[in-house]
Amino acid sequence: EEGGFKSSLPTLESVQVFSFIFLQTWKNTLDRYPETLLGSSEKEFFYNEDTQEFFFDRDPEMFRHILNFYRTGKLHYPRHECIQAFDEELAFYGIVPEIIGDCCMEEYRDRKKENQERLAEDTEANEGMDAPLPPNSTSRERLWRAFENPHTSTMALVFYYVTGFFIAVSVIANVVETVPCRPPKGSVKDLPCGEKYQLAFFCMDTACVLIFTFEYLMRLFAAPSRCKFMRSVMSVIDVVAIMPYYIGLVMPENEDVSGAFVTLRVFRVFRIFKFSRHSQGLRILGYTLKSCASELGFLLFSLTMAIIIFATVMFYAEKGTKGSTFTSIPASFWYTIVTMTTLGYGDMVPNTIAGKIFGSICSLSGVLVIALPVPVIVSNFSRIYHQNQRADKMRAQQKVRMARIRMAKKGTVNAFLQYKEDRSLGDRDGDSTALCIKNRSAFEHQHHHLLHCLEKTTNHEFSNEMNYSELCMTESVGFRTSRSTSLSSQQGAQNNSTGCCPRRARRRAAMRLANSTVSVSRGSVQELDTLHVKTTCIPPQTRSSLNAQTCNLKLNCGEQDYTAAIISIPTPPANTPDESLPPSPAPIPGILRNTRATAYTHDTVKISSL
Amino acid sequence: MTGCAKRCKQGIIKFALSLHKLVTGTLSKDKADDDLEVTMVCHRPEGLDKLEAQTNFSKRELQVLYRGFKNECPSGIVNEETFKQIYSQFFPHGDASTYAHFLFNAFDSAHTGSIKFEDFVTALSILLRGTITEKLQWTFNLYDINRDGYINKEEMTDIVRAIYDMMGKFTYPVLKTDAPKQHVDAFFRKMDKNRDGVVTLDEFILSCQEDENIMRSLQLFENVI
Repeated sequence: EEGGFKSSLPTLESVQVFSFIFLQTWKNTLDRYPETLLGSSEKEFFYNEDTQEFFFDRDPEMFRHILNFYRTGKLHYPRHECIQAFDEELAFYGIVPEIIGDCCMEEYRDRKKENQERLAEDTEANEGMDAPLPPNSTSRERLWRAFENPHTSTMALVFYYVTGFFIAVSVIANVVETVPCRPPKGSVKDLPCGEKYQLAFFCMDTACVLIFTFEYLMRLFAAPSRCKFMRSVMSVIDVVAIMPYYIGLVMPENEDVSGAFVTLRVFRVFRIFKFSRHSQGLRILGYTLKSCASELGFLLFSLTMAIIIFATVMFYAEKGTKGSTFTSIPASFWYTIVTMTTLGYGDMVPNTIAGKIFGSICSLSGVLVIALPVPVIVSNFSRIYHQNQRADKMRAQQKVRMARIRMAKKGTVNAFLQYKEDRSLGDRDGDSTALCIKNRSAFEHQHHHLLHCLEKTTNHEFSNEMNYSELCMTESVGFRTSRSTSLSSQQGAQNNSTGCCPRRARRRAAMRLANSTVSVSRGSVQELDTLHVKTTCIPPQTRSSLNAQTCNLKLNCGEQDYTAAIISIPTPPANTPDESLPPSPAPIPGILRNTRATAYTHDTVKISSL
Repeated sequence: MTGCAKRCKQGIIKFALSLHKLVTGTLSKDKADDDLEVTMVCHRPEGLDKLEAQTNFSKRELQVLYRGFKNECPSGIVNEETFKQIYSQFFPHGDASTYAHFLFNAFDSAHTGSIKFEDFVTALSILLRGTITEKLQWTFNLYDINRDGYINKEEMTDIVRAIYDMMGKFTYPVLKTDAPKQHVDAFFRKMDKNRDGVVTLDEFILSCQEDENIMRSLQLFENVI
């Protein structure tokens, strides 16, 4: 028996180019694997009675590999294919990836793991700190965010740069105060600058420590989990950086402890590590070292073994000679390290022949041992560095991507709003707009119906972002022009005439007021399009008021009559933007129908209410 | 205290192990690649004939439905995350995840945590081709979140709030915060005949059958597919 499989066919819409791969196989071939799609009864779902064929609308190239599996019993992973596409095809055909042959299993697993890691990084970067804060966040959360991601607010940025500056100042002060300055009058010896200008350096140090302390306390306060924060590396560095100062304040001017105090001052140099918050390069270095911990450990361990071996040998080789510098095995450690790292200071040199032989073996083996783990560390660094590059690039593209997504979403809603307009018009003169309605696909039709049901349920309407902001403005700002007063008086007169739909009239009036205060035209091109369709609905004068879909306020009333009509005010020159100007650079890519808009303003007619 | 001591002990053991690894220089991969074996759950639906007998769809319609289903979810089952994602595409301005959650539970009548093709098709068959009583019963089950046979005010408030969330921010007129509450009160005024604070299935069906609008909108489903 034969079963025929067409791998791809032209779709229902007209497609100019299609590929046609006709694959045939025996039914028995497929029956060998009854737990897969093609071998089980699941393929009945894809049987086309008219053409007597099984039709799978999937990628024909991938299907080749799947079919090979049925023929040969071994599934191979094609190296040039995307791992996700391959996985999806396997899931579709019901084939578990475990049966991939040994020849390709390694590659498959590596690629899959790489892909998973990449996805994890991407999601982490996406939902990272760049996400806008939820509106009801406490001041503590906001503070934490300002610390973690200084680019969110200007205040945080200022603080970020100020702390960076003070870290630099502190480090430079630490360095400079040991430089010998000219001795003061009456003294011969050179004095380090720190002692000459003791007060100045002390003041600078105090200022820096104050700032660091303040920053640390703020971070401690804002941290979501104080325990975890205190254990983190950066917090430890912060503490170590400021502790010496406070201990020095507390410590008495005692000769015994001043030695210990000097040691503490060394810790001030740790302030330079605070730069790692500011510098990405330092962070990358830190991550690299952390990720290469095992390689570094290996290096350390093998070096230690070699040092001990060679030090012992050198010591016993040089034991006899007079005036030898190899006084003990630990003393020979120094020689071994210097030789193995090819430094060769020359302060300890073997004199006997045996010592020289072993010394040369030591330096040769040192080169090898040290060179071995270096490529691993370098490759780790390269990987982390590229990861960071990618994260940065993604963050930069994030804005563009979010804008594009927002645009797509707006497009959907705009299509719905336009549909509502067309529909409302269609009720009055059915033929001209019926075409517009018919041009929607079945899916769009149902989607609009869904949105419409939702509107009816909640008794609210969807509106544009622009309309919404306009309305918010009017509710809060109030009315600026004198025209609005005339409007409100007319509105009062109009109110009693709105019989069935007082809500509609109120809304229209609100929109009118909103539009009159908006003096900059923000008309979207789409509304201009719809205006072209509206033959009987007379738009008010300003282009911005084109935003207001003033003619489709029929939803909640549900009846066909259109009692109260629009009142438009005689076109005043003051508030109308120059109609001949092109609309402000509309972000919406559409056809600019400039001329139509101007044509309309001439036809503006005033209708009074009934 | 015991938790702390246990954690300390675990920490010490981990530290000792890492020290051991450092000293002996074992270059082991840190991530275990055994858990790469993500079990791919695959589900195959029952035969076409059986499904045709169980639902009110014809073979052809079932084929079309299955093709769409399989294209969207090649593994044959839909988990809640995927369902929410797909559902949210229809309401770009609002947040449809809460309502999608309730809807998911209504589809997943066996509470397995995933929707198989049979669940999907059964629910669709009721909604599109079922009798009025069956549709209303399904709707009641959707609203009755804890499946105890009664809809109380909290359940209804959750549902209504989820619906209002789907509208999003940009609405006209501006959504007030007590709009859901008013809606729920109106609902109970209408449906709760004996004013006992809960709506039972019979009250629900009776009240819906009295309302013309609801009856009309139920019939809109007829010609969807």
